[in-house]
Amino acid sequence: MKIRLNQKNIPLLATIAVFFLIYAAGSFLYPGFFSLRVFVNLFIDNAFVGIIAVGMTFVIISGEIDLSVGSVVAFVGVLIATLVQDYNMHPLPAILLCLVLGAAFGCAMGCLIHFFKLPSFLVTLVGMFLARGLAFLLSLNSIPIKHDFFEALTDFGFQLTRKVWIPSIAILFVAVVLLGVFLSHFTRFGRNAYAIGGNQQSAILMGLPVGKTKILIFTLDGALCALAGIVYSLYTMSGYPLACVGLELDVIAAVVIGGTLLTGGVGYVEGTLIGVLILGLIQTFITFQGTLSSWWTKIAVGVLLFVFILLQRYLSSAYSGREARGRDGKKAAQAEAA
Amino acid sequence: MSFNPACLKNENLGKLVWPLVALFAIVVFNVIFTPGFFNLEIKDGRLFGSLIDILNRGAPVMLVSIGMTVVYATGGIDLSVGAVIAIAGAVAATIIRPDYVKGVIEYGEMAPLVTVIGVPLLLALLAGLWNGALVAYVGIQPIIATLILMVAGRGIAQLITEGKIVVFIHEPFQFIGGGFLLGLPVPIVIVAVMLLVTYLLTRKTALGLFIEAVGANPKASQYMGIRAQLIKIATYMFCALCAGIAGLIICSDIKAADANNAGLFLELDAIAAVIIGGTMWGGRFTVAGSMIGALIIQTLTTTILTRGIAPEVTLVFKALVIICVALIQSEAFRKILTGRLAKTEAGQS
Repeated sequence: MKIRLNQKNIPLLATIAVFFLIYAAGSFLYPGFFSLRVFVNLFIDNAFVGIIAVGMTFVIISGEIDLSVGSVVAFVGVLIATLVQDYNMHPLPAILLCLVLGAAFGCAMGCLIHFFKLPSFLVTLVGMFLARGLAFLLSLNSIPIKHDFFEALTDFGFQLTRKVWIPSIAILFVAVVLLGVFLSHFTRFGRNAYAIGGNQQSAILMGLPVGKTKILIFTLDGALCALAGIVYSLYTMSGYPLACVGLELDVIAAVVIGGTLLTGGVGYVEGTLIGVLILGLIQTFITFQGTLSSWWTKIAVGVLLFVFILLQRYLSSAYSGREARGRDGKKAAQAEAA
Repeated sequence: MSFNPACLKNENLGKLVWPLVALFAIVVFNVIFTPGFFNLEIKDGRLFGSLIDILNRGAPVMLVSIGMTVVYATGGIDLSVGAVIAIAGAVAATIIRPDYVKGVIEYGEMAPLVTVIGVPLLLALLAGLWNGALVAYVGIQPIIATLILMVAGRGIAQLITEGKIVVFIHEPFQFIGGGFLLGLPVPIVIVAVMLLVTYLLTRKTALGLFIEAVGANPKASQYMGIRAQLIKIATYMFCALCAGIAGLIICSDIKAADANNAGLFLELDAIAAVIIGGTMWGGRFTVAGSMIGALIIQTLTTTILTRGIAPEVTLVFKALVIICVALIQSEAFRKILTGRLAKTEAGQS
């Protein structure tokens, strides 16, 4: 799918514009903002958000939603910490086990959504409760992780310039984004996801494997959440059951700001990357500003989310007005677009 | 979703059976394993006991689930109730001690109770209007429209209290969360009054039918002459009002406004209560069912607390209860249970 300059690319272009606007503003206002280190830090500090956001992009493109992500990250972090510290397990099998568990968790949610026709927000809400509860069941407190292999993983990376070091989690983030781009644009799986989000009925009638694709999407999403949990535990060197409360909102905000339509069928993993970076920039901006408190981040994210949803709403109604008469034509329009 | 007016009454009653069975099971468990669960004593003309405690602690969840039921019936959802609770508490506390955040310990003039209650509730209504307008007029999906306020609302609450926990003493206001009326804790009385008002409004007028019609088919109800957009806005405002009252109860009970933790996860409890109660997403609703749902959740929490298990682990039980109830309500699951699995998946979505 080539990026063409049509209406459904406008949210993406707006996102890129906003990114450069904030970046330029920060660079003019604060010395040191426009530096390679700050830019690389965006990738380090938001690696776990970004990895989940890639999975969430697929979920939202297929017209569903996942509210369980923050809890899964916390659960995986606590599980790794418990396995490594209390059961003296080597981190490598622990990490593999977490990835498998995450994928299985996502797969189970996908099955519930597909086979029993339960709404995805309900199933993933239950997943959110369950994962958070299981994390508490393992430990009520933060567990620090001390293991040579774990530290080696954190320290792995390469020197970009004399001052700038690119650690493993930033590399992982970029790799996941590339994987997401590949899956969405160059595979049958990606095309099926777009088709289902555009119009599920048409996708069924076209003979696409709707159920299989949906379950696969949630499996991928679950595995990426587990990966994000591992990255988060590498980032903080601990497992904490109360970690990442409300992360799902940040992730959904990043995906929406990145130009993915909430009605499904339209969206780009590339856009999501920029959405994540915008959230990171807002945080950096507020840190550099110094006097603004951290709750301004929440308000700024809320306002940005609102503006982008309004933009989407306006564009999709304009689009559907042209493609199909009547207010309910938006689904049809997106199916055509996909 | 089959509509058969003749058996509506039975259908409604039938829906309440499963939640009632679940509640009954938890209560029976408590009767056996928790000594003195049913003990009620009267001290100084006030009722005390586990059952009263469950009702009292469950009052915020019950209040919010009343509002959530109505919103859910219109095919919506309100994720922002937790944030509205935080805002209401923050505003009330700031009115009582306007200069506390600046480090002034003195109260200044004591704020009249009408202002302390009225202003937060007005703001809650405003929040509901915002949610409702986004859903009804801008046409954003409810889950996303209310997500905005959920993210930003807590930020706004923290902005009001400047990130501090505002503690206060205000005798008349503390009556709301900690007082007794007719021997019952005031929160229970408030819930009872709200229930009565909701019952009269939705079952003794046509409003309840309008809400269900809008939820079942917005377009058809519009053609019938129901002002669907107005109904939707009204339900969101009502839900926010309920959340605002819950916020005042919580704030008055702990004599402090905690913008970070007040009402945290409460939206999930309320949604769970509504689903357990058997309200359909867009369609028939039963406030009584939601009350049973809220009681199940609160009784579960209390039971786990009295068993000495960490309260955070309740989440696992809540998750299991919700998924079981949701599966029982799912048509596809029932078909598998009865062995009549549909051969084709087309035409069912």
